[in-house]
Amino acid sequence: MTTPMSDLAASGMFLPSQTVGTVLCCICGVPMTPNPANMCVRCLRSRVDITEGLPRHAALVHCPECRSYLHPPRTWIRAELESKELLTFCLRRLKSLTRYVRIVHAEFVWTEPHSKRIKLRLRVQREALNGAILEQSHLVEFTQHDNLCDSCTRVQANPDQWIAAVQLRQHVSHRRTFFYLEQLILRHGAATRALRIKEADRGVDFFFGNRSHAVKFVDFIASSVPAQYRTDKQLVSHDPKSNIYNYKHTFSVEICPICREDLICLPPKVANTLGNLGPLVLCTKVSNSIMLLDPFTLRSAYLDAKQYWGAPFKTVLSSRQLVEYVVLDVELESSEITVGGSKYALAYAQVARVSDFGKNDNIFSVRTHLGHLLSPGGYALGYDLYGTNINDFEIDKYKGLDLPHAILVKKSYEEKRQKRNGKTRSWKLKNLNMEVDTTAKGRLDEEKRTSEYEQFLRDIEENPDLRFNISLYRNNEYQPSEMASTVGGDDLPSVQLDELIAELSISDEEKNDAENMAE
Amino acid sequence: MATRLQFENCCDIGVFSKLSNAYCLVAIGGSESFYSVFESELANVIPVVKTSIAGTRIIGRMCAGNKNGLLVPHSTTDQELMHLRNSLPDQVVVQRIEERLSALGNCIACNDYVALTHPDLDRETEELIADILGVEVFRQTVAGNILVGSYCLFSNKGGLVHPHTSVEDLDELSTLLQVPLVAGTVNRGSEVIAAGLTANDWTAFCGSDTTATELSVIESVFKLRESQPSMIVNEMRKSLIDSYV
Repeated sequence: MTTPMSDLAASGMFLPSQTVGTVLCCICGVPMTPNPANMCVRCLRSRVDITEGLPRHAALVHCPECRSYLHPPRTWIRAELESKELLTFCLRRLKSLTRYVRIVHAEFVWTEPHSKRIKLRLRVQREALNGAILEQSHLVEFTQHDNLCDSCTRVQANPDQWIAAVQLRQHVSHRRTFFYLEQLILRHGAATRALRIKEADRGVDFFFGNRSHAVKFVDFIASSVPAQYRTDKQLVSHDPKSNIYNYKHTFSVEICPICREDLICLPPKVANTLGNLGPLVLCTKVSNSIMLLDPFTLRSAYLDAKQYWGAPFKTVLSSRQLVEYVVLDVELESSEITVGGSKYALAYAQVARVSDFGKNDNIFSVRTHLGHLLSPGGYALGYDLYGTNINDFEIDKYKGLDLPHAILVKKSYEEKRQKRNGKTRSWKLKNLNMEVDTTAKGRLDEEKRTSEYEQFLRDIEENPDLRFNISLYRNNEYQPSEMASTVGGDDLPSVQLDELIAELSISDEEKNDAENMAE
Repeated sequence: MATRLQFENCCDIGVFSKLSNAYCLVAIGGSESFYSVFESELANVIPVVKTSIAGTRIIGRMCAGNKNGLLVPHSTTDQELMHLRNSLPDQVVVQRIEERLSALGNCIACNDYVALTHPDLDRETEELIADILGVEVFRQTVAGNILVGSYCLFSNKGGLVHPHTSVEDLDELSTLLQVPLVAGTVNRGSEVIAAGLTANDWTAFCGSDTTATELSVIESVFKLRESQPSMIVNEMRKSLIDSYV
């Protein structure tokens, strides 16, 4: 009725003023303003209870460990006592209530935290009689039932409770592959489900709470590096009545021992299947297949895991045995050719071992695939076939194979690196939370390990290919030197700033740091 | 005195009966109890007639009338009309009127001198009301409701109107009707006054849900406490004697 009246008033028509009269309450006879029920509020309240049938008690499942509440069927919502989140959550648990009444206000009534009771005072509205809307307060008491959530249960129980273990091994003398794999795993979050990661001799062990998690992880490894695996299971317990068997599964994953920059003498059979490649080849890239390059002809071939494990072979010399050479002269034989994504140029080079320099006149004239990189006076790393005593069965199979005196593998930046020794890098890597062997034998390895890690970091700097799959993070401690801008030309290879990722920092302190940096 | 009763477990007795100073119409119900209450109260004074109008039992809402006449809607059958003419006293004129709004009881509220009507009633009907019932006709609303017959009820002594009626409206209505009016309810807070209550100058009947408070309001505004059928005669005689003396 009021709306058309107000419309009329707005149109400027004359309206007599209306005084609301009084009627007697039909029950108690008290004079009151008329309402839809024509009953005074007190009578209405005494006759009609709008909270009738509304729940007054409810139960909440609460995890005392992480202070979260169960939202059925499975979600756990973290909320503090008397918080807004808890209020929302409690009201959501009273969904049946909103079907009958409208909630206009809700607040907590303080309760002792140890009482395991949460009291909620609501003001509810509901139509009572003939459209009269009544408002009333309603108290709901929630009882907390303590029950550990799944993740807390797992932590509380013996953390050693693994179901599946993945034993990752590579039978080589260095850990370079594992440094690289660690970064790959971090980048793809492949081992987030691992309960424990433990460093082992020539490998790493991953422990999982579920067999399928382990299988997924093994699949990830097999897609990143050429590997073969075996599985085994051990019966832990069984219940023949209900046909339940509990096993511990073990996945033994062996990564192929061929690494980047290794010198290989292909067995005759393999060389034949690859179109008489080699037989002396360099491994230039390892992904889920191995790329082999003949440094004398620039022919290349890919070998996938299946092919490799069908006819496995070993390395003749590995990157630890690289020797530094001085380049005396370079004579390009062909222009640059792209093989497998990287550029090479055949050349003749005259080189001398750095260790011989100034002692004797041993100069080697060798063919190399690094013609585009080398320049007279520069340094290169290569395998010294002249000086080493090779005992490899495969080489013996080739009658009449004359070995070159040296095979250059990469350009050396050793000289320049001397200058920057001790300085921090502008970037850093994340690390897996790995348990390290702290026994006496493990401690001996520590030194070797740091030098290998440093070598790995250099590799990353020198090889953009390697960085492709890895997340590098900005190092906040790094101070760029004034020298950096003045050095030009044949500079040390380094990582550009735009390749780095700013690390997500949660603490306030670091945020302030970031702001300071922005200024 | 006001009497509480119900018609077949329904408290809206004003729907099933029509009471005026000269006659009382009662719907034909399943049991005699409804009729017998009226009979016991009114039998010696005015005729209590059992009838239907247009074949329905809701006679209170279908017809309107006072001591001078009775208006029935066009849907009333000839038989019913004949029955009413035969049963009612001779001085009561029974008239069937051609009006589109056929629930005359909802559209017309009247006592023996004044009538309030629905604002959309025909001009012809208005004239008929004035002629047959011998009243002054006002087109009015009660608390914004156009169904004046439903939301108010008044006799020659007083009247009860919709509880939401404002003080100004109450003043205006009682000036028009020349009787004291009061805003109130029947049947425990129901605002459909004429459905829960039927009254004449000396008696009233209301639904059995009506509370004591409501009953006392009704009795005081319709001045039922002191009134008896004989009172009128006594008053008249007094005045006559007065004039004689």
